[in-house]
Amino acid sequence: MDALLKVRVWRGARDGAFSLYDVPRQESQTVLDVVTHIQRHLEPTLSYRYACRVGMCGSCAMTVNGRPRWTCRTHVAKVADGDTLEIAPLANLPVIKDLATDMSEFFDKWARARGQFQGSATRHEPFATVSPESAERQAANAGIECIGCGVCYASCDVVEWRPEFLGPAALNRAWTLANDVRDVAQRERLRAVAGDVGCHACHTQGSCTERCPKQLQPTVSIAGLKRLAGRAAIRGKL
Amino acid sequence: MRRPGDFRARQHPAYWAFLAHRLSGLGLALFLPVHFWALGQALTGADALEDFLRATDQPLFKFAEWGLVVLLGLHMMGGVRLLLIEFGSGTGLRKNWIAGTAGVGVVAGLAFALALAR
Repeated sequence: MDALLKVRVWRGARDGAFSLYDVPRQESQTVLDVVTHIQRHLEPTLSYRYACRVGMCGSCAMTVNGRPRWTCRTHVAKVADGDTLEIAPLANLPVIKDLATDMSEFFDKWARARGQFQGSATRHEPFATVSPESAERQAANAGIECIGCGVCYASCDVVEWRPEFLGPAALNRAWTLANDVRDVAQRERLRAVAGDVGCHACHTQGSCTERCPKQLQPTVSIAGLKRLAGRAAIRGKL
Repeated sequence: MRRPGDFRARQHPAYWAFLAHRLSGLGLALFLPVHFWALGQALTGADALEDFLRATDQPLFKFAEWGLVVLLGLHMMGGVRLLLIEFGSGTGLRKNWIAGTAGVGVVAGLAFALALAR
């Protein structure tokens, strides 16, 4: 292990360039530690985003050596190419400055995919009983741990080719709600995700599933939505 | 951000499977018009078809035919994998089927090459 890490960091917005910094290596050092060292000791104007540092908040995702990752849970030793590291903002999102991207569109798409739960019961009614063993609950469980970090969205070629595509995270959210037996907006949601820029636009490249730091499988969720939309269309209920 | 020509994020088996499926599909789509044209030769008489079929005995055509069989093998297996992801039970990117696709491509290629050599 060399004493110094050569780190190329993106500076600027869409137009910009990589700047090179020398960062002392440490044991168990994460990529977020590296970025923080640069900002605190070498480049005080460097902009980046993080909050929890433990893989819960989903705000520190960046492109590390060409791949989107959570920087807080990525050890330098695991991803460094020899003694070099390249850190850039996430792909498929507008860059605000340096390593911080504008995630508005990413979250707006969750809303467009009807990612909001809509129930019909009031607080005066008894709790809904949902068996943990039911197929719907299990399908929802498989995708429900998403924390909205944007790694899958940045990995998706379809988003790159067709910027209106709702993307893996929004569709995964829609799938978890499609399996929520309490939700009463199923038809509207299916219409929202079955259009030209919804589930059927997915080419099953699997990058979202491959890169998800929580090992979720948006590819499988999108396939589930395709089945639901197809079935509804055949029955004239779309 | 991703710069043009940066394929580092795409280096995983499911993406290779997508590429193999897409490229083999395009290859087969290009072949189809030629195939129909060749069949259409029968409409202009037996001689025209015979002339064309004799021309296909050349090594270049045999090589193209071999390529076609490989493309068919790859595309078929890739298609079954996609159907399993979309309609099958269970989860995942079905990487075992990616390996199977590559295997069937190799076996089909070798078997057809053997048949040509005999």
